[in-house]
Amino acid sequence: MEINWTRAAEGWQRGGRFLAAFVPPDFTSKWDDIAEGLLESVTMTVVSTVLGLALSVPVAVGAARNLAPRPVYLLCRAVLVVSRTFQEVLIAILFVAMFGFGPLAGTLTLAFATIGFVGKLLAEDIEATDPAQLEAMRATGGSFLQGLAWGILPQVKPRLLGLSLYRVDINFRESAVLGIVGAGGIGATLNTSLDRYEFDTAAAILLLIILIVMVCEYVSGVIRRAAL
Amino acid sequence: MSGNTEALKQNVVWRRRTPQGDVLAWGAWLAIVLATVLSFRQISNVTIWDFVWDAPQQGADLLSRAVPPRWGYASVLWKPLWDTVNMATMGTLAAVILGIPVAVLAARNTTPSVLLVRPLALFVIVASRSINSLIWALVLVVIIGPGPLAGTLAIALRSVGFIGKLLYEAIEEIDPVQVEATEATGASRAQVLAWGIMPQVAPAIAGIGVFRWDINIREATVLGLVGAGGIGLQLEASVATLAWPQVSVILLLILATVIVSEWVSVRVRQAIT
Repeated sequence: MEINWTRAAEGWQRGGRFLAAFVPPDFTSKWDDIAEGLLESVTMTVVSTVLGLALSVPVAVGAARNLAPRPVYLLCRAVLVVSRTFQEVLIAILFVAMFGFGPLAGTLTLAFATIGFVGKLLAEDIEATDPAQLEAMRATGGSFLQGLAWGILPQVKPRLLGLSLYRVDINFRESAVLGIVGAGGIGATLNTSLDRYEFDTAAAILLLIILIVMVCEYVSGVIRRAAL
Repeated sequence: MSGNTEALKQNVVWRRRTPQGDVLAWGAWLAIVLATVLSFRQISNVTIWDFVWDAPQQGADLLSRAVPPRWGYASVLWKPLWDTVNMATMGTLAAVILGIPVAVLAARNTTPSVLLVRPLALFVIVASRSINSLIWALVLVVIIGPGPLAGTLAIALRSVGFIGKLLYEAIEEIDPVQVEATEATGASRAQVLAWGIMPQVAPAIAGIGVFRWDINIREATVLGLVGAGGIGLQLEASVATLAWPQVSVILLLILATVIVSEWVSVRVRQAIT
């Protein structure tokens, strides 16, 4: 790694001034933009999580070795690998090129990333289920779907719930960066404020992101305790 | 038993939940559906749907331009790719070094003060975890200038929280007997940490570090988009000039790198545990 140490040494002073520009955080002067950006991030989070979960459950079933026939298994595993390999921002660049600027591209990006994350972990959990329960369902003449609903689902439900709640967190955090490539959300507001050297507004946005993530973690903890 | 037979006599219909439980469950589902529909309308309002219906065509167009990849371009990419891997590796190392003290301060059983220090350490962890490395990079590029150092620090700052969180959970789950045994010999706090606690969490540290390294390789590939070094810089340039055959080479290279790093990470973690 090439480091220009003189540049780095000079930077500290500049960095100090730069950091000083962040305080105090300015919540008020750009509040309308911040509120709009946050609302957009939240809506993106909700839709992408629901959509991503709805899609990831069938993919997870397909990617479980104990349930899916070989060709389906390989196809679903390929989907998971592609979805997990590329950082959200890379996918967002492509989706913005395809779907145009705005929160829809970001939402689809997050939904796609959710498939990879939830799909892989859920598939592993399905593979680890006790086969006796599924066999019992089949022995009573249950169809494949009934086997899933009564033999598999009860066993993976806690994991599915945990993953979903965790993914809400992640999707919100990721929605904060997608704006940098034009895919909507609070990231766009943040990027604009940094570009305009309005560091106090940027600080306010960063604090709000941290606050919302903390609230999310607290709420998901409460839900997890209540539901399990 | 007697309760059951009585219930059978009275022809009770068994229910899975209490009536309140039913209301709660249905209410939760209703809230989820409502939130989704409202959110989607919000998004739909600011979406130009003509572009969306156009998407399959655009996608096909994009693909036709991106294929075949311009393989000659790969020769330019080895250096940035090496930078990317280095950024991830150095960043992870720095994060492990910084994350261990944070975790010790945050764990309930090792923190010097549950009331004062622990909340502070937890805040550091949450703050670090909440802010994506790309945003850290955005900020750091302004402070220390563009280049891999900004990227390395961004990776480190983002990873401290991740490593700190997983590690403090590991510390809280250790076997207290070994700690007590060390204490019983009259060891100081530092000695207890070194001989009673660290040996128990050392495998966890290694496992978490390698796990995070694998994630960081992935993250490091995009840091160049904001000028923090690595292959993202070339990607940004290629996308900006609509050089899609170069984009496809970069994406394939990233795919290969990530798969290799994940393989390494899984192997190492299997060897540890």
